[in-house]
Amino acid sequence: MRIFKHPILDFPKKKVIHFQFDGVEFSGVEGDTIASALYANGIKKLSESVERHRARGLYCAIGNCSSCYMTVDHIPNIKTCVTPLSEGMIVESQIGKGVIR
Amino acid sequence: MTNKELIIVGGGPAGLAAAYTAAQTGCHVLLIDRNPQMGGQLIKQTHKFFGSEKQFAKTRGLNIAKKLISDVETCSDRIEIICDATVVGLYADQVVNVLHNEKYYKYHFDALIIATGAGEKMLAFENNDLPGIYGAGAVQTLMNLYGVLPGQNIVMVGSGNIGLIVSYQLIQAGVHVKALLEAAPKIGGYKVHASKLRRLGVDILTQTTIQRAIGNGCVNQIETIELDDSWKPIKGTEKLIDVDAVCIAVGLSPLYQLLAMGGAELKYVPELGGMVPIVDGLHQTTINNIFVAGDVAGVEEASSAIVEGYLSGLAAAAKIGYQQPDYQKSIADYQQQLKNLRSGPFGAKIRAGLKKVEAKTNA
Repeated sequence: MRIFKHPILDFPKKKVIHFQFDGVEFSGVEGDTIASALYANGIKKLSESVERHRARGLYCAIGNCSSCYMTVDHIPNIKTCVTPLSEGMIVESQIGKGVIR
Repeated sequence: MTNKELIIVGGGPAGLAAAYTAAQTGCHVLLIDRNPQMGGQLIKQTHKFFGSEKQFAKTRGLNIAKKLISDVETCSDRIEIICDATVVGLYADQVVNVLHNEKYYKYHFDALIIATGAGEKMLAFENNDLPGIYGAGAVQTLMNLYGVLPGQNIVMVGSGNIGLIVSYQLIQAGVHVKALLEAAPKIGGYKVHASKLRRLGVDILTQTTIQRAIGNGCVNQIETIELDDSWKPIKGTEKLIDVDAVCIAVGLSPLYQLLAMGGAELKYVPELGGMVPIVDGLHQTTINNIFVAGDVAGVEEASSAIVEGYLSGLAAAAKIGYQQPDYQKSIADYQQQLKNLRSGPFGAKIRAGLKKVEAKTNA
């Protein structure tokens, strides 16, 4: 969910950016990171842990903790909490350690 | 490999302040930050700061960031800035390795200031890895930078100033803060922040902690438990609270990794948040010409990070030949400002911690 009204901050309407997450079309806005766009769409489970396949979401949102790794445009282990969203991105939940193709 | 006079790692309050005073002496500075923009965590802080005028009291964090950035921009002939760049290596021959746009760059430096800040601590409880459980900084980032709500019903864990302030910010953004848990018998942060929350009807539960999170793919409930005077859980006091988010605000620990890689002497000081470098009065580490400023030297407020930045910027520049005529006076002034910021009962922990890391040969 996005914030529209805030007593201190302004969140003006921004350009819409389209992307794909696990095969489904989604949209975010300019200025979003991949993770912020997914969270705005109500998606909190980004990937699964390597060994026990436990759900993983973002924890720090500043690129420190590695909890938000996903596969983006076929490249694994992308820190989605700090990677800007761009038009046409293919974002996928990452299962396992990721494979470089 | 390029040679740089002074390299500063981290463009938060400490790094920006350091770049500014160093450049004022005539020194050439390369300021490196891994984020797309300068300002560090200040850019998401909507609250007004305390302290005195010199440290921008009564100004909102994001406006302090703007001020520090515009100060640095006035010296653009002497301060070079690279964003989206991560310093991934620090070597004994005064070289840093920087990852930028998927390429590595090596720079030799005459002096280095490490101002990498701090990262959030985690709390151990069952299912603490469920999505929807975030650090307080992450919640601030999502809300105040991206305009995205972390959830609609949240429980805050930790009543230090960060926990109190972020709870208030959550309410401002329209989130229901269902409870604020504090394991200690007393609220950790300033009373004025806590009173604000109480007036808004937030339950502040002391001697209470989170025992487990419940949910499949995302947190949707938590179980709290009360603690006795020796911090042991009291059986039978478990309570369930429905949530879609949990915010963990149990403190920060310094991002010391680069210092460790460079071989600076570090010490575990719980009062300062974790591993911190041994420093002299000018914030120089045990490695010659490598200085620190801000939370990496011990977790404090942004106001002290700024003053530490001003101080270490001057000190590092002086060390490589850019000493101003009024150098001693300026340094003494910054040291006095830091002393003032750390005075009073809330500074006691910091004062005790800093005593443990002072190098014997104070410059």
